[in-house]
Amino acid sequence: MKFLFLLAANIKRKKIRTFLTLGSYFTAFLLFGLLSAIKSAFNQGVDVAGANRIVVGNKTSIIMPLPISYMEKFFELNGVKNVTYASWFGGYYKDPKNFFAQMAVDSYTYFDVYSEFKIEKNQFLDFMKDRQGCIVGKKTAEKYGFKIGDKIPIIASVWGGVWEFNLRAIYTGTKPEDDLTQFFFHASYLEERRPWGKGMVGWYIVEIEKPELAFSISREIDSIFSNSPYETKSDTEKAFALGFVKQIGNIELIILSIGAIVFLTLLLVTSNTMELSVRERSAEFAVLKTIGFSDSLLYFLTISESLFYSFMGGSLGILVAKLFTLKGDPTGGFLPVFYISMNQMVLGFLLIFVFGFLSGILPARRVYKLRIVEALGRI
Amino acid sequence: MVGVDGTGTKSSFLKARNLDKIYYRGEEEIHCLSGLNLDVEKGEFIAFMGPSGSGKTTLLNLLGGLDKPTRGTIFANGIEITSLSENMLAKWRSSNVGFVFQMYNLLPVLTAYQNVEIPLLLTSLSKKEREEHVLLAMELAKIVDRRNHYPSQLSGGQQQRVSIARAIVSSPLFLFCDEPTGDLDRKSGDEIMDLLRSLSKQLDITVLMVTHDPHAAEKSDTVLHLEKGILIEGKPLR
Repeated sequence: MKFLFLLAANIKRKKIRTFLTLGSYFTAFLLFGLLSAIKSAFNQGVDVAGANRIVVGNKTSIIMPLPISYMEKFFELNGVKNVTYASWFGGYYKDPKNFFAQMAVDSYTYFDVYSEFKIEKNQFLDFMKDRQGCIVGKKTAEKYGFKIGDKIPIIASVWGGVWEFNLRAIYTGTKPEDDLTQFFFHASYLEERRPWGKGMVGWYIVEIEKPELAFSISREIDSIFSNSPYETKSDTEKAFALGFVKQIGNIELIILSIGAIVFLTLLLVTSNTMELSVRERSAEFAVLKTIGFSDSLLYFLTISESLFYSFMGGSLGILVAKLFTLKGDPTGGFLPVFYISMNQMVLGFLLIFVFGFLSGILPARRVYKLRIVEALGRI
Repeated sequence: MVGVDGTGTKSSFLKARNLDKIYYRGEEEIHCLSGLNLDVEKGEFIAFMGPSGSGKTTLLNLLGGLDKPTRGTIFANGIEITSLSENMLAKWRSSNVGFVFQMYNLLPVLTAYQNVEIPLLLTSLSKKEREEHVLLAMELAKIVDRRNHYPSQLSGGQQQRVSIARAIVSSPLFLFCDEPTGDLDRKSGDEIMDLLRSLSKQLDITVLMVTHDPHAAEKSDTVLHLEKGILIEGKPLR
């Protein structure tokens, strides 16, 4: 602590340089925070995927349907606890830019399988009684100002026409990463109104008793329907969600690549700044050594200076990113879950420490190796 | 008494024996000091004089533990400093040695007070105790009224006083001064020399000073001339 004034004096020495160095860290970690939030948004399905849920889709493509008759066969399998299904609706509210996921689900089973979605009992009963009823996530309801009882017209891109729904329930989640933007309605209503595709569903979700049964049950399901007109492809929900994300591209690789380039640049810039700063102060370090400061103490002080820059700039960057994500999705629906998790915050602070330390290593080594008589020109 | 022939008493306060210092410039060997001997008693004020390149600063570097000789030994207050590790040498310097440089070498971002406080950061003194020591040293160096000034706000003579206060603040046994008046006008130089002289007597510090200035050297107890890497005893001036 008693060396703090030395540290503070050095930081105040060149205010513009200090500001720019802090700015480098701030920008890099602001970007880190935002990229983490974007990664969360893309991986949201992966993160919340239940380990005890298997998704069964058409082997040809997830957009191809499966017969409704498969449902009973799933129930016959050992280890299966529950089965439900869903179909993609693909519509929009008033304007194509007002997009959120709409799904026709088996109302009797869907919310038992997805028990993380919390719905008030009365609202759910109202939903069950209304053929045109729908359940909307809290975020979407807030965004469009939907209230219980509202009529919500959805323009169906796939099926055509305007489909009118009555908002009967609003669901909430149990975890911050739960997707609260979805819109669910009765599969029976879809079945009744759609002109084709009757008797078919989009995909099944099979809830199993134990996660370790996932592999064997998946294989069993696929073998039952092999060589049938509608072969299946079963996978854990996590793998299914990952596959979905990969259809867009390897988001994680893109984000990691951007992050790596930014941080490599940061490391080079801040190391260079620290190196310049130390080089300018060679004579002062030599004086401190003359006075009796040991090589290791000066090494520690130089690293501390580097860590100060990284912590001040980096923490502020992460904090601002966190505040920004608290406002929610900035894209108007493309990134439904936009937040920085606690794990990512911890990783951010770990990176702040690592980069602060790495930036200081070479300058600190220079200070450590500095010879008094050479630095003071006393030969 | 100062001795340069290597026959001084075993208990000399500062004793150098057969000091060699060779610098290498590419393949070329530069013999800076050759078999130099020196014995100094406690409380003496010695001035080293000699032409440029004669090795005065090199000798001060070796005696002050800033550099190591190529050969030979140095004992300071019974400790063989030539055998100490870098860390031990730093520790020894912090509690035994004060340095005064020609260009003052104050840290420009710190106030006079903070500059003087630096050596005490290496001790276990509390903030309050450090403050007492710093103010006393600044009082002795007659610069206490400028304690909140930065070096750039002080004249050369005032900066040298701060530098002297910094050198004596941890009550060292030795004070090494390299051309302490070299950057000052005659009046300021005289004042600094008078200050060093009085501190030497008042605090019983052994002072070893390198100077080009015969007028400054006159203030010392003994002048030693360094020529071609060896010391030649001069006539005591007092």
